[in-house]
Amino acid sequence: MIQTLIDLTRIDGVSGNEEQVRKYIKERVEKYGLEYMTDTIGNLIVKAGGKGGNFKVMLAAHMDEVGLIVNHITDDGKLKFAAVGGFDARILTGQHVRIGDAKIPGVIGYKSIHLQEKKERESAVKLKDLYIDIGAKDREDAEKYIKLGDYAAFSSEPVFFGKDRLKAKALDDRAGCAVLLELVKEKWPFELYACFTVQEEIGLRGATVAAKRVAPDIAVVLEGTTCADVPEVSGHEISTKMGKGPALTFMDRTAIADSTLLRHFESTVKNESIPFQWKQTVSGGNDAGKIQVSGSGVRVLAVSVPCRYIHSPVSVLDINDLENTKELVKKALLTLPLVFDGRQKND
Amino acid sequence: MIELVRELAGTYGPSGREDEIRDVIRKNISGKVDELYTDTLGNLIAVKKGNGKRIMLAAHMDEIGVVATYIEENGFIRFSNIGGVSPVFSLGQRVRFANGVCGCVCYEEKLKELKDLKFPRMFIDIGTNSREETMEYVSPGDIAVFEADTIEQNGKYISKALDDRIGCAVLIDLIRQIKEVKNEVVFVFTVQEEVGLRGAGTAAYALMPDLAIAVDVTNTGDTPRCNPLSIELGKGAAVMIKDGRTISHPLVKNKLIDLAKRFDIQYQLEVIEKGGNDAGSIHTTAGGIPSGAVSIPCRYMHSPCEMVDIGDVKSAVNLLKAFILSEF
Repeated sequence: MIQTLIDLTRIDGVSGNEEQVRKYIKERVEKYGLEYMTDTIGNLIVKAGGKGGNFKVMLAAHMDEVGLIVNHITDDGKLKFAAVGGFDARILTGQHVRIGDAKIPGVIGYKSIHLQEKKERESAVKLKDLYIDIGAKDREDAEKYIKLGDYAAFSSEPVFFGKDRLKAKALDDRAGCAVLLELVKEKWPFELYACFTVQEEIGLRGATVAAKRVAPDIAVVLEGTTCADVPEVSGHEISTKMGKGPALTFMDRTAIADSTLLRHFESTVKNESIPFQWKQTVSGGNDAGKIQVSGSGVRVLAVSVPCRYIHSPVSVLDINDLENTKELVKKALLTLPLVFDGRQKND
Repeated sequence: MIELVRELAGTYGPSGREDEIRDVIRKNISGKVDELYTDTLGNLIAVKKGNGKRIMLAAHMDEIGVVATYIEENGFIRFSNIGGVSPVFSLGQRVRFANGVCGCVCYEEKLKELKDLKFPRMFIDIGTNSREETMEYVSPGDIAVFEADTIEQNGKYISKALDDRIGCAVLIDLIRQIKEVKNEVVFVFTVQEEVGLRGAGTAAYALMPDLAIAVDVTNTGDTPRCNPLSIELGKGAAVMIKDGRTISHPLVKNKLIDLAKRFDIQYQLEVIEKGGNDAGSIHTTAGGIPSGAVSIPCRYMHSPCEMVDIGDVKSAVNLLKAFILSEF
């Protein structure tokens, strides 16, 4: 699973341009001999379950990552861009990016400290003042390599550091994809569809469509979530802590966890002695938000791997959290029939 | 009706945790409808069978509340809001968790100005002295609702959670009054309205009604130096023209106005800019569902002392009764 995650973070897949990620995942599920389909919007839906059970399960992890899109080329050959997904502009200056299918290398520039006025030095840089420099001498030169609408993704090699910690870009949500690629190998005693979704970062769009097609009764979303166990953040403002296990979300801005599902996962961690934590802040959202209200309604829960510096090229996770996330979801799903099979669909 | 309103408003039922309030409503209407069931997200659906149009009436069961997010070393509970909770209104209030444990909502004393009063600077005290002790009663993820009595005074109901237990009371009253209907009337007690109209849309998707009406409360513009809004307590049920989420379908809106005029039911029009009710998610479901709303004017919404006029509630019942009994 770790190698899969490393492979996945090396691939670029900014929202709306998930093709290379999908290709990698597709090759893997083909190797496992699973049936799959790619839908119109680009979600990869893998049929991983068997027969039996009176409920249908959807697992979702999103393939897309945050990035940039080129929207203007200046006369002197610099690329102006828009953000694809949520960004803190302050982390962008000085980053390496690769642009378009040809992966043209670029750096994100801003005028140097010598040229900034006092006011500029004291306030945070704005996205609109930044640009990508690809070393072009003018617009004509830049246009040989770049066209408007080209995506730029962070260029950041995965690196292990500290004890069991991995630094990489796009851990949100390649971590979820890596876990899901493990889970599809299991023998499931009920219908299960593994959905690798697109365009989560710009509004949970792929999951909306995938949920309509799959029409599940139960959905579990696998995510990389914010982790704020860093200086300057006091106890109750910490969302999750690294190394403390998978984070269960009781609610966020887009969904409230189904209480039966939540209690089942909670008792699973206790029975199996898997470390776990609550996601303690209710900010943000994920695919569960759109899946929950799809069709005539779906019971949802999100399980996340804590990631520091999320939405940046230097996200960090603890591989034990990744392993424990897989263990928790696997164990909890295998015992799902005990909770839901005896139950009428409508009580 | 005060007994029903008191029972409904006093029952625990924050968004996403509507089990208790659902049981209370079920008990009140059981045996009085042809079908009664709960769907996946927890909406309670009660059907009066008929051969005419299928009409969906939706009132939400859930109420606003607070969710425990973190337990401090010394036992204090940090929390966040469920739905539109005002930090100012919360201050000094008592909240109650599902297991009955009550807490006081207080704030960090170093706070200088009221405008800096935000949830991260506030906490709930349940009288414990340590994290371990608190965790015996309350864990992160546990949800509490505000506590307040329900009273009837000067022709008004004053209570917490009238948003939207008063709408639920209207639906229950209708169920009790109506014996035979030509139309098929589906009374839906919805979940998770306060966090984004989530239950009503999924219920509508499964039911595919021909027409839908949300029954909810609406703000008024009749208190000292308030924002201009031409809705007043005691001037009748409000027929929604538009809110922040829906423009009422002419079919529904015109029918309601015609009926109010014909049967001499006191009504007013609701035109508001912000906020929404269940009609917002119902009307865009599937291929589209003609929808509108009948609203009960309510002062001090989302506070523990919401106030509605009893005459307005009666107007709402009469207007909705005329609607479901009419031909389309």
